[in-house]
Amino acid sequence: MMAEIRKAKGIMDWLDQRLATETLTKVLMTEYWIPKNINFLWAMGVILTTMFGILFISGLFLLMYYKPDTKLAFDSVNYTIMQEVYYGWLWRHMHAVAASVVFLVIYIHMFVAIYYGSYKKGREMIWISGMLLFVLFSAAGFSGYMLPWGQMSYWAAQVITNLFGAIPFIGPDLVVWIRGNFFVSDPTLTRFFMLHVLLFPIIIIAAIVFHFYSLRIPHVNNQEGEHFDFDEEAEKYKAGKKKESKVIPFWPVFLSKDLFVVGVFLIFYFYLVGFNYEFAMDPINFEPANYMKTPTHIYPEWYFLWSYEVLRGFFFPIAGLKPFTLGLLGFAIANIVFFILPWLDRSPVVAPAHKRGAFNIWFWLMLIDMIGLAVYGKVPPNGVYVLGGTDITPWFGFTFTVGFFILLFIALPMITIRERKRAGGAK
Amino acid sequence: MRELKILGVLVVFTLLVYYGVEPYAHSKMHHHVEPANFQFNDLKAIDYKGDPAKGKQLIVNAGCTGCHGIKVAKIPAPMPADAAAASFGVAPPDLSNVGYLYDAKFLKHFILNPAHTFLNAKKFNAKKPFPMPGFYGVGGDKNKEVSDIVAYLKSIAPKEMEAKETFIAACGRCHGVKYDKVTQLGEMPKFKSDTEKLAYELKVSKYKEHLLKYLAATPPDLSIIVRAKSKEHLETFIDNPQKLLKGTSMPRVGLTKESTEKVISYLESVGDSKKVERESLIPKIIGFLIIFTLFAYLWKSKLWREVH
Amino acid sequence: MAIEKSRRDFLGLAFGSVAAVGGVLALGAMKATWDPLPSVMAAGFTTVDLSTIKPGEFRKVVWRGKPIFILRKDKTKFKKCDNRDTKLSEKDFLVVIGLCTHLGCIPEWLPDQNKFYCACHGGEYDACAVNTFGPPPRPLDIPPYKITGTKMVLGELGSKCKALIAKNPTNKAS
Repeated sequence: MMAEIRKAKGIMDWLDQRLATETLTKVLMTEYWIPKNINFLWAMGVILTTMFGILFISGLFLLMYYKPDTKLAFDSVNYTIMQEVYYGWLWRHMHAVAASVVFLVIYIHMFVAIYYGSYKKGREMIWISGMLLFVLFSAAGFSGYMLPWGQMSYWAAQVITNLFGAIPFIGPDLVVWIRGNFFVSDPTLTRFFMLHVLLFPIIIIAAIVFHFYSLRIPHVNNQEGEHFDFDEEAEKYKAGKKKESKVIPFWPVFLSKDLFVVGVFLIFYFYLVGFNYEFAMDPINFEPANYMKTPTHIYPEWYFLWSYEVLRGFFFPIAGLKPFTLGLLGFAIANIVFFILPWLDRSPVVAPAHKRGAFNIWFWLMLIDMIGLAVYGKVPPNGVYVLGGTDITPWFGFTFTVGFFILLFIALPMITIRERKRAGGAK
Repeated sequence: MRELKILGVLVVFTLLVYYGVEPYAHSKMHHHVEPANFQFNDLKAIDYKGDPAKGKQLIVNAGCTGCHGIKVAKIPAPMPADAAAASFGVAPPDLSNVGYLYDAKFLKHFILNPAHTFLNAKKFNAKKPFPMPGFYGVGGDKNKEVSDIVAYLKSIAPKEMEAKETFIAACGRCHGVKYDKVTQLGEMPKFKSDTEKLAYELKVSKYKEHLLKYLAATPPDLSIIVRAKSKEHLETFIDNPQKLLKGTSMPRVGLTKESTEKVISYLESVGDSKKVERESLIPKIIGFLIIFTLFAYLWKSKLWREVH
Repeated sequence: MAIEKSRRDFLGLAFGSVAAVGGVLALGAMKATWDPLPSVMAAGFTTVDLSTIKPGEFRKVVWRGKPIFILRKDKTKFKKCDNRDTKLSEKDFLVVIGLCTHLGCIPEWLPDQNKFYCACHGGEYDACAVNTFGPPPRPLDIPPYKITGTKMVLGELGSKCKALIAKNPTNKAS
C-alpha cells in the first residue's frame, strides 16, 4: 500500500513520512536494548569503530599527496607529507599509530569475548564476522605497510609473498602472479595500493555492517552470561522502571559510557601520536627500499609477531616433516584456528571465565602463551640465550608454539567436555 | 572498584607486551657499544704548541695547496670539484674551516697518516693508494711541523659556524641531502632552464660514479636519517663508524663534539622539521580531549544515575 | 501447472548457467590483468663475463631482481663440490641465487669463516652453498644459465646447467 502523505507537522515529521526515520531511530538507537550489567570492556567495539574512522579520514588526506610509484612513494611520504603538507605529519602519525593500536584493541575485544563466552550459544556469527574483520584488518595493515616503500615495507612484502611459493605445483608461478614480476617491484606496489585504498576498505565497511547486524537477534552478552527476556525487560524500561530493568537503550545510555571511554582512550592515543610512536613507525622503514640489501633484522609489526613465531618456531623435523613445512602448516592453522573456537569449546556454559574453574586457568595460560609467542617472534632466533656453550634460544619460541596448539586443540576441548558433562547434557 | 581492577589488568598485560616487543627485544638485537667520547683515544697526544706563521709557510712548501684551496687565504682550489673527483674519487676539501670543525690532535695525526687516522686504511694499497699522500714534511721534526700547520689552520678558522655550513663542509662531499636541495657539489643553484638543470644533474651523477668507485659503496642521502637512526647512534657513528658498521668505507672524519652536535641539529632540521610544531600541538589536542572526557563523564554519570 | 513449472525451472537453470559462464569468463580476464606484463617477462636475461672474475673473488649480479652470487674457487682453500660447482676448463665457480631458501633474505658471504650467513634467522651455508645450520630447508638454488665461451647468460637453460641441476633434486631454478 502506498504511503499516506499528509501535511507535515515539522521537518522531522516530513522526513518520517518519507523515510520512516522515527522507526529507524527506535530500531537502531533509542529502543535497541543492551544489557545493563556490563563494564567498560563493552566499549571496545565503539573504540574500534572510532579507530576505523580515524584510519579512513587520515587515509583520505594521505591519499591526496601519496604517489604509488617505487621512484616517488618514499619521498611523497617522508618529504611532501611529513615536511611540507600542512598537518601532513599529523595525519601520517595518526594513521600509523592508529593502524598499530587498532590491533591492541582488536585483541582486547577478542579476549573479552573469549573470557565471557560471547562466541557461542547463538553468537557464533558475531564471532565469525569479527574474526573475518580481524583477517581483513590484517590484510589492510599488511598492504598499507608496503606503501611508504621503506626497507621494512619491501622486505616484509618479499618474505610474505615468498611464502606462497611453498604451495605444491602452482607455488612459484603463484608468487610471480601475486607480485606481477619475479621480485617485489612497482607492479607489486601499485596493486597493493589498490587493495589498501579501495577494495579492503569497502569489504571492511560491509563486514562491519554485517557484524553489527549479527548482534541484533542473539543480543549483546552481559558480565554474568545471564540469559533473560529482552522484550520483557524492554517493557519495564519503557514503562519508566529504569532501575529495575536489566536493559538500557543503545542511545543515549550505552553510548554515553562508550563516549567517555573513547575520550580516555584518545588521550592515550594522542600521547602516542606525539611522543611515543616508534613502535608504530619503525626507524628501519625510514631507509628507502633497497632490494639488494637485506636489513640486519627483519620483523613484522607487533600484532603479527605471535603467528610469525609459529611460522619460525619449529627448528627440527618432527614425524618426518621438515621444520619449514611444520612452520608453514602451523602458521596456516594458527591464522584460522580462532574461527572454529565456538566448536573447539565443547560446553554450552556462557559465564565469565572466573566462574568456570579450569577454563579460567586455560584463559590466562592462553594469554601468556600468545604474549610469549609475540615477544619471541621479535627476539632474534639464535645466539641470545646461551647456556654453557649451547644455544638454547630457539627452544623458547618452540615451547610457546607447541603450547599454543596444545592449549587450543587438546586442553580446550578436554576442559569444556568435562564442563559440559558437569552442566548435565548436550549443547 | 571492579572496573579499575579490570583496567589494571589491561594495563599490566599491555605494558608486558610493549616491554617484551620493544625495549627487551631491541636490546637483544643490538650489542651494547660504548658511546662516543670525542677523545680519539687510539691517537697519541702530539704536544707541540705550533707556530701559525711557520704553519702558513709549511702549508705551501709541504705541497698541501697542490690539491687543497684555502678561500680565506685567497688560495683557490687547483681543480673544480667534479674534475677532482674524477682524478681522486672525491674532491679535496677547502681548508678554511677545518681548524673549527675538527679535533686538533686528530688533524695532526691525519696529516701525518691520512688513511690510518680515517680508519679505512685496509681499503687502500699500492695499486689503489689513498688519494691524500702521507706527510713527507720539509726535513724537520714531522710532529712539530704538523703542529705548526694545525696551529695555522686554527688561526684562520671561523670562531662559529652555522649548522648547515658545518654539515656541508664536514659531510657534504660524500652525502647529499635532497630534501634541502644539497648535493655533493653544494647547494643546488636556481636553474634558468630544463637544460641547465639536466646539465647540473649530469655533473652530480658523474661525481657520484667516481665516489662509488672510490668507496665501493654509495654514501646514502641523509635527508631523513634522523628518523632512521637515534641521536646516540649518529653521534657514536660519526665519532667512529667502524664501531657500528665494521668494514665500512666511511672514514672517521675527526669532528669535535661541537661540530657533531651542529651536524646532527642540521639533519634534524631537515628530517624532522615539524618536531617543534608536533610537540606544541599534541599537548593542546590532549588538553582538549581532557575537557571532552570530563564532559563525557558528567553526561554519562547523569544518564546512568537514572538506571542504577 | 506442473509442466509449466518444470519448463520455468529448466529455463531458470539454463539462464543461471549462461550467467555463470559469463562470470567465469570475466574472472578469467581479471586473472590475466594481474599477470606480469609482457615487457617484464621479456626482461629476464643477464650476461656475465666470467673471465673477469679472479680466484677468490665474490661477485653479486642481478637477474630478475634477484641477487646472483658468483664465487670463483679454484686456487683457493674454499670447498669445491662436483655436484654444485660450475666448471669452465680449470676454473671452478659457485653460481647460485643469493636468496635464503628459508624466507628469501639475502645471506652474506663471510670468506674468513668460509660460509654464508643469513642474518634473518641464523641460517648458514658452506662454500658450495649447501645449508649446514638453521631453518633453511635446502641449499641455495642454482639459476638457469647458458655458457658460451666465457660469457654466462642467466635466464637461458644450457646443457651444462641442466646436468648440474639434475644432480640437485631439491633445486628450484626459477
